[in-house]
Amino acid sequence: MPVDLEIVSPEKLLLSRPVDMVVVPASEGELGVLPGHSPMIVLLRGGTIRLYEGNRVTDQLFVSGGFAEVTPERVTVLANEATPVEAVSRAEGQRRLAAAEAEYAAINKLDVAALDAAMDRVQSARAMIEAAQAA
Amino acid sequence: MPSLKSLRVRINSVKSTQKITSAMKMVAASKLRRAQTQAEAARPYAQRMERMLASLGASVIGSPTAPKLLVGTGADKVHLLVPVTADRGLAGAFNSNVGRMTRSLARQLELEGKTVKILPVGRKGRDFLKRELASRIVSDISYAGRKSIGFADAQDVAHRIVTMLDAGEFDVCTVIYNRFQSVISQVPTEMRLIPAPLPEAKQEAGSGAKAIYEFEPDEETMLARLLPQNLAIQVYRALLESAAGEHGARMTAMDNATRNAGDMIKRLSQTYNRARQANITRELIEIISGAEAV
Repeated sequence: MPVDLEIVSPEKLLLSRPVDMVVVPASEGELGVLPGHSPMIVLLRGGTIRLYEGNRVTDQLFVSGGFAEVTPERVTVLANEATPVEAVSRAEGQRRLAAAEAEYAAINKLDVAALDAAMDRVQSARAMIEAAQAA
Repeated sequence: MPSLKSLRVRINSVKSTQKITSAMKMVAASKLRRAQTQAEAARPYAQRMERMLASLGASVIGSPTAPKLLVGTGADKVHLLVPVTADRGLAGAFNSNVGRMTRSLARQLELEGKTVKILPVGRKGRDFLKRELASRIVSDISYAGRKSIGFADAQDVAHRIVTMLDAGEFDVCTVIYNRFQSVISQVPTEMRLIPAPLPEAKQEAGSGAKAIYEFEPDEETMLARLLPQNLAIQVYRALLESAAGEHGARMTAMDNATRNAGDMIKRLSQTYNRARQANITRELIEIISGAEAV
């Protein structure tokens, strides 16, 4: 019994199809979802979503962050963007990293929430570069 | 009686106006289709976001540390109104409907002794409100010259709203926009953004009891992330509906204009033909009476 995976961006439904297993980059570690997983809502960090059919990875998609809702029969990923890893651009990742680091440096160090958000963006940009290198 | 020449000129000018309005109608129709597809494509994300928020919000609503975006500042003193209009006119009452609604809402709030701040999105709304409520306008956003709006634009608007909220510049935020009901009808609607109206956790048919979710990280961190995103989504939806509405309204307005121009051309050509006929008759009479006199 496969699990129905949906990846949605604010602008459109990116992907909707049944897979055997999906690994999503949750903020507190990678999360592998098989059918019948207990219901969860997780925050995503920047990283790659891997789609499995049998024991084979069929697709890898880079997401820069977002949310995922897991129910026993369905996984819904709300991502701001999702790009197949082959299409991830290293230059774009480096540009984002530079921007995010500059932003991080500019933030008042006492504003913890803003620091966290900026740190996430730095991490997401680094993950993008990694994804581009791995592809 | 106007001269034949002036009638001819008049008919020609109405004809070229008609050409322009019918072209504009065609353009609006094709843009409307695009805007509608865009609005449709944005729906799945909004629905799923709503579902998550419903299950999340219910678990924190009572807690004293609930985020400001969800419960507001607790006060009800300063209202921020965000009217969403188009950047171009010639769309019937589309822009002025939102303008009028904003104005009456602002008046009413001020009568109740509240402070009103206005952040207009779109050039036409700003121009409309500048006339009477200029002192309440804090800043404005416009997309003049842009082909289509993306999610990034909505995020930008949402970001400004959140920054203002964090700075304590307002307590309640309401968006006023034209809801797209159908091609011929756009309804000016007010939508409360902050404090966020919580979507009811719907019992999904078939799945029985509502699923109990585990959260990772905890609910509050989650909400702190989800709420700004949700705000952006709501703004995005309003912008898209307004864009679709604008093209719908323009299409209707231009259709009417084309029809009116047609009527006018008909009337003018009738007058022109009568005048021509009268001229001929007069000349004939002159010739005949001239011949008789000889």
